[in-house]
Amino acid sequence: MTVTPGWYMTLAAVLFLIGTVGLLLRNNALIMFMSVELMLNAVNLTFIAAGRAHGDINGQMAVFFVLVVAAAEVAVGLAIIVSIYRSRQTASVDDLAEMSG
Amino acid sequence: MAELVIFIVMGSVVLAGALGVVRARNPVYAAMGLMATLFALAVFYVIHLAHFVAVVQVIVYAGAVMTLFLFVIMFIGVDRTESLDERLPFQRPIALIVVIGVVVLAGILVVGGEFTWIIGSDGQTAVNGTVEEIGRNLISVDNPESLNVVDGRIVSRWLLPFEATSALLIVASVGAVSLAFYRPRRRKDAEVAE
Repeated sequence: MTVTPGWYMTLAAVLFLIGTVGLLLRNNALIMFMSVELMLNAVNLTFIAAGRAHGDINGQMAVFFVLVVAAAEVAVGLAIIVSIYRSRQTASVDDLAEMSG
Repeated sequence: MAELVIFIVMGSVVLAGALGVVRARNPVYAAMGLMATLFALAVFYVIHLAHFVAVVQVIVYAGAVMTLFLFVIMFIGVDRTESLDERLPFQRPIALIVVIGVVVLAGILVVGGEFTWIIGSDGQTAVNGTVEEIGRNLISVDNPESLNVVDGRIVSRWLLPFEATSALLIVASVGAVSLAFYRPRRRKDAEVAE
């Protein structure tokens, strides 16, 4: 029984779904951030699998750039979370609802 | 056969880590689950001949990014319990609807045969081979899928995005440092207002 790229696509879809559920259900900004990382990694897996299926190395290049942008995003996002925590003493997104109409 | 075993084992590690991220009450456990997921995905990248990406995944993601996450978790406090009750009244039902919708959409895509563009019209993968053959390719110097190809692509075809990436990293690190140094001066502003 051979493992086709479709199997990896399905696994990546499930991983993306778990990330979506975490982003929607959790209140802690850090956990929501980790869920976003899960979704990014699911997309990376589809890039790698499709790149292998087509014999094209550009899939790996896309994953490389996604990795770099994700690293920059994590640095800035965690700095924002830390500065919010220093002024509010909380990391829960429900406590940051002053701008809700 | 070997790839099937690796897929089952590492796929369950991926899913277990991801569920751990979503379910864990303690943020440190969530970070550990995310780290397990990242390592298992690196194994998948290796059996997809993406050795460079696998190495970068382990060093950058599982190393640097997770260290950053753990640092911030320690800064904020690990013993802080998070309340899971929801203040927005309709968020849980909407989340359920979104999840069911995505599952149904994925099922339609798989069952409806729209998946064929991924595996090619004849159902054959372009890079065939078992894990053993791939392991032999790893050793050979003139392997076209080895590290040299990715390196060459970075400095030839993808040179402009690569340089833009360096600018992005500089801007991000400067922004993170300035955010960390920023302190609101409410008291001084109040004195000026008086």
